[in-house]
Amino acid sequence: MFERIKHIVIKEFIQLFRDKRSVFFLFVTPVIQLMLFGYVATFDVNSISTAFYDLDTSSESRELERQLTSSGYFAVRYRPSSPLEITDLIERGKALCAIQVNSGFSKDLKRGIPTQIQVIIDGTDSNTAMIAMGYVNTIIARYARENSVSPVTPVISTIDFRTRVWYNPDLRSRNYMVPGVVALIIMLTCLIVTSMSVVRERETGTMEQLMVTPIKPMELMLGKTIPSAVIGLFDMSFITFVGVFWFNVPIKGELYFLVLCTAIYLVPVLGIGLFISTISKTPQQAMMASFFFFQPAILLSGFVTPIENMPRIFQYITYANPLRYFLVILRGIFLKGAGIDVLWPQMATLFTIGVVVLVLSALRFTKRLR
Amino acid sequence: MKLARIKAITRKEFIQIRRDPMSLAMAFLLPLILLFIYGYAVTFDVDRITTVVYDMDKSSLSRELINEFTQSGYFTVVSSINRYEDIDPYLDSNKAKVAIVIPHDFSKRVRTRRDTAIEIILDGANSNTANIAQGYIAAIAQRYSQRMSSGPVVPLIDSRSRVWYNTELKSRNFIIPGLIAVIMTVIIALLTSLTIAKEWDRGTMEQLISTPIKPVELVIGKLVPYFVIGFADTVFVILMSTELFGVPLRGSVSLLLILSSIFLFGGLSMGILISIVGRNQAAASQMAMLSSFLPAFLLSGFIFSISNMPGPLQIITYFVPARYFVTILKGIFLKGSSLKYLIWEAVLLTIYGTAVFLLAVKKFKKRID
Repeated sequence: MFERIKHIVIKEFIQLFRDKRSVFFLFVTPVIQLMLFGYVATFDVNSISTAFYDLDTSSESRELERQLTSSGYFAVRYRPSSPLEITDLIERGKALCAIQVNSGFSKDLKRGIPTQIQVIIDGTDSNTAMIAMGYVNTIIARYARENSVSPVTPVISTIDFRTRVWYNPDLRSRNYMVPGVVALIIMLTCLIVTSMSVVRERETGTMEQLMVTPIKPMELMLGKTIPSAVIGLFDMSFITFVGVFWFNVPIKGELYFLVLCTAIYLVPVLGIGLFISTISKTPQQAMMASFFFFQPAILLSGFVTPIENMPRIFQYITYANPLRYFLVILRGIFLKGAGIDVLWPQMATLFTIGVVVLVLSALRFTKRLR
Repeated sequence: MKLARIKAITRKEFIQIRRDPMSLAMAFLLPLILLFIYGYAVTFDVDRITTVVYDMDKSSLSRELINEFTQSGYFTVVSSINRYEDIDPYLDSNKAKVAIVIPHDFSKRVRTRRDTAIEIILDGANSNTANIAQGYIAAIAQRYSQRMSSGPVVPLIDSRSRVWYNTELKSRNFIIPGLIAVIMTVIIALLTSLTIAKEWDRGTMEQLISTPIKPVELVIGKLVPYFVIGFADTVFVILMSTELFGVPLRGSVSLLLILSSIFLFGGLSMGILISIVGRNQAAASQMAMLSSFLPAFLLSGFIFSISNMPGPLQIITYFVPARYFVTILKGIFLKGSSLKYLIWEAVLLTIYGTAVFLLAVKKFKKRID
């Protein structure tokens, strides 16, 4: 039995490496995806293009501007000379944020009279706008505190809210995204490799040849999935390597534990790949079906947007999504250094889903062969 | 160029599309599914942040403070704990994202007007949520301190923030217009990338070659039916966005449709070019998937803003037509922009479309080899 599985596995690898396109797909696409996600998929907000409309032109207003730019969050690119110009800059999307300091600002400050600053933010991108607004308010509040020569400051107890950030103290998006890419690429690669390898046999008519050999359906299935599993583990190591050494993502957990969890994750993924192979007749259909599965699976996994903010019904759907559990595991291992004592519920669920999916797909697969 | 020959090809394509209802269904089903998931499930709005509270003080004042957090709607207290060490398991296992620690002398110090500190621990793994949560905490802290300081205090500098275009900062309004660009890119690439490859695979290409048809006629003839479907798709998606999801459409509808048509023309030409170059269906569909989805998703400014990308990647985005379409869609939907503000995007899309179309015509050779 092992002999026969071994031959199938060898045959699969020969086929994979013989086709230049599939080699490209196996090795180049993960690199492109990792680079794109590592560099592009960031929610870090900095150098917000800002228009500074200074009607006061005093040393105080210049100091405020300096504090805005030196924070690194704002880059003053425009100095409009009329409100109309502000409208135009924001309308064209050139400035995301406009700050207007009225005349009399420095005078009011010196006298300790409350004064106002107008801030206009382009809300088109709600996420950036929200973060930009937080930054503006913090900087202005700090500036006010430092420059309050005011006698009206009441004597009160100040309550200091000391926030500390755990796990990812610099709040780098990359640390959150790159571990997720591991799950993403393994799924995409394994789904396509598994389903394609089966469908191609069917299309080229070599399936009949395989069926007349003494190989049993179960053995054929294993022979088809083992190469994908190997590729999946390779992808995982590769992305982890690049993530740690190129993108400086910390890995706080144990490496062997990461390998173990990836192996568990491969069970449902290969099961789904097999299932897709049983419902598709042509490579194109297999491609399409993988895409159809893959899209919602990413969106409903917490890869980019948190699950807790989804409507209830979508939250229930995520429970069936293997990606959801693996993302928790990956981020736990990379950022929190979590071990089996914390992650066992995810591992157990992932394994259970995997066994169910794999058994069902295997039954369907062997039935179709007979 | 003869109109009659173009018409014949177009009619043939329509018949073929009608015979393949699966592809046609996909053209409308895929946008529907994507819109539903993105519209409902993908939101960057942060609320109901799970919180644990370690209240050592257990006084009316500390309860009031906790109330301030829960009543904001942004925080949900999932549990109260009695030991500092209990914070770790909650944050480690994602059961809570925020922990609030109130010292035992909190109320005493507030009453005697002495300074006091509250410790807040944030799970920074998801940097975006943490960032926004920090903003909320700062706002709550300010409000609470002000209330505690007996009598209203006018802040020395009042920063009046006003948000334009998407006043409530709803992420749905930001995602859906851009999503239209992504959906259309993927759909038209999938639809057209197979049309010419199919002829090769089925062997009908030889028959086509033996007819007097010219490359330009063939490409136009193949474009027309998919343009009709793509246009219907666009109208369908726009209607869904405004009617179902309540995304405001502030600009001119006719401008939106005209610019969408220009984008469709470029995308469809690209699909046909892929189909001509790819030769067989499997290769063509793979190329279409890679060249359409990833760039449209990541490099168009749909979710991730282009100005935050590293320089070289920003340059690449100029070659992604979806980038211009995303700007157009967001502009017309949310800002109500007129053509004056979008002229640059419109011109570039036109140039792109024409260039790809001409390339497709040039690449198509009536030869069997």
